[in-house]
Amino acid sequence: MKLKELPDEELFTRGHTACAGCGAAVAVRNLMKVLGKRTMVVNPACCLLIFGATYPYLAWKVPFHHVAFENTAACATGMSRAMKVRGKEDTVVMGIAGDGGTADIGIQALSGAAERNEDMLYVMYDNEAYMNTGIQRSGSTPFGAWTTTTPVGKVKAGKADFKKDMPLIMMAHNVPYVATASIGNIQDFINKFEKARNMKGFRYIQVFTPCPTGWRHDTAKTIEVAKLAVDTGMWTLYECENGKVKINRKPKMTPVSEYLKVQGRFRHMKEEDVRKLQDWVTSKWEADERYAQCRQ
Amino acid sequence: MNIKPGEYFLQGNEACMEAAVLAGAKFFAGYPITPSTEIAEGLARMLPESGGEFLQMEDEIACISAIIGASWGGSKALTATSGPGFSLMQEAIGYAAMTETPIVVVNVMRGGPSTGQPTRASQGDILATKYGSHGDYQVIAFAPASVQEMFDLTVKAFNYAEKYRVPTFILSDAEIGHMRGLLTVPKEIKIVNRKEKGVRRSDEAYDVPDDLVPPFPTFGKGHKATITGITHFKSKIEPEDPKIHQQLVRRLNSKITNNRRDINKWEVIEPDSKTMIVSYGSASFGAREVAAKDDRVGLLRLKSIWPLPVEPIHEVASKCEQLLVCEMNLGQLFWEIKRVALEAGCKRVELLSKIGGDPPTPGEVRHKLREMGAI
Repeated sequence: MKLKELPDEELFTRGHTACAGCGAAVAVRNLMKVLGKRTMVVNPACCLLIFGATYPYLAWKVPFHHVAFENTAACATGMSRAMKVRGKEDTVVMGIAGDGGTADIGIQALSGAAERNEDMLYVMYDNEAYMNTGIQRSGSTPFGAWTTTTPVGKVKAGKADFKKDMPLIMMAHNVPYVATASIGNIQDFINKFEKARNMKGFRYIQVFTPCPTGWRHDTAKTIEVAKLAVDTGMWTLYECENGKVKINRKPKMTPVSEYLKVQGRFRHMKEEDVRKLQDWVTSKWEADERYAQCRQ
Repeated sequence: MNIKPGEYFLQGNEACMEAAVLAGAKFFAGYPITPSTEIAEGLARMLPESGGEFLQMEDEIACISAIIGASWGGSKALTATSGPGFSLMQEAIGYAAMTETPIVVVNVMRGGPSTGQPTRASQGDILATKYGSHGDYQVIAFAPASVQEMFDLTVKAFNYAEKYRVPTFILSDAEIGHMRGLLTVPKEIKIVNRKEKGVRRSDEAYDVPDDLVPPFPTFGKGHKATITGITHFKSKIEPEDPKIHQQLVRRLNSKITNNRRDINKWEVIEPDSKTMIVSYGSASFGAREVAAKDDRVGLLRLKSIWPLPVEPIHEVASKCEQLLVCEMNLGQLFWEIKRVALEAGCKRVELLSKIGGDPPTPGEVRHKLREMGAI
């Protein structure tokens, strides 16, 4: 499916209450166009729940199931098994959660579902912190970023740990499909969701979705920031289909400082910290590339 | 930096975290959840500067488990949460009670069940605090009704947790956590630290003294201690012996219920009125106003809920003609209070319950009292 061929019909409609420039809203609107009407959504506590499903601003035009924070994948498991019992083969059960609900509290249920190869599509929209409760760090927050629980103070400044590599963890489960996507590279995004829709078994897609409110950047620059993340190597676009890894886009390796300087959450970072992050990005890209070569 | 003595205008949650640091807390493990997040955010700034550790964990099970670990490592530790997180903590609460671990859990209650009303007040976790984990156990729980009490009772919570080696709770709610008010920080604050004996004998940690609270064998100080949630006698794990289980669990309960008079805190307005209201936390706002203005009505406001303050309830109930329990749930502490009141000879015990997020107004309390023929 080409970008031009995306249907006009909105399954995640206008009138929701997301902040201006919300990356998650862009992702969900587009992925619903690709997945189509025969989709059911399982969604825990996160921004998407609040801005997309609060009465009377319900934006979903498909069945929507809000579940407890830690068990998206487990609830989706039950739903997908029930579909199997009823013989409904053409339905996509989509679990969609934020990075906190996936990488932190939800990883137990997620890992279990992946290990059992449940027939579902699990989407993690990665805005790199708990934005719904007011910007607290998550396992997916990058090194150095300010959040309200990694404040900039005299003793500590920003997050001291590096981002958890969720796609790699999911690939280690040997599931049919694992991919990373970004709202900044929309054709690649469409390709991946289309591929996932047409597959069976456990599929995991992690979408990079900048959050102007939490990242402290201009609301008009969401897409630009998402593109910069790919260009600098902060976010690698790759996919793993039935065990074969393919890099979809080689980063230009733009200096990571270009990405940092457009966001307020990195404003306090000293030069040595930026260097540390640059080294991490470089070695992460090298590792990703080698990994892809090993699993071609 | 510790807060200095003086007067402040603070939020309930902020008063709680200031009190925790003053009481000697050195470890906090938290997880973002409305309406308690301010406590985590504040301690993320304060604890590293006062030589402590702040951690954001991956979920609430990890939070309470981390503070149990920190407590055994020798730090006074706390966590803060709300409804759904509190449900996740239940297993570890029983574990802390069984292993006699001093910890403080601040539960800024919100409307439940499930996700419910994240931003609105409720008193729905009263029974979950005492009965949420499996088995028979006792805890200590306080119910602050102002910013000042949020401060005072947090200090007390640490003191009692240390004194009795028991999980201790602050049952605040969204109303009190987010309310701003006057806080007076006193010049001197009484702080109790856990009993730690020297290492004269390696198994001394298992001796049960007369007050039923054994000394705390902090790890890494030369004590020899095996800590387990299985029924144990000294360092031996004995899940099959009925006698040992009975001894252990009865002691864990008795060490708290025997000391009810020491633990319980309450306030009485117009104690000799014909009609008495029993209330606590933000549910008592309306009742307090009515009791202050009307001679026919008095108020017993409980500042501590668990162990149940049997003595003050019994005293009030034996003198009044009828009793009104006012709480923000569908009747949780009501049944406990009713039992005590009926035993004390009170003829009529009624319930004013209100859920949905707003505390009962003075008008609603008066309406109920009129129905009862009290005013």
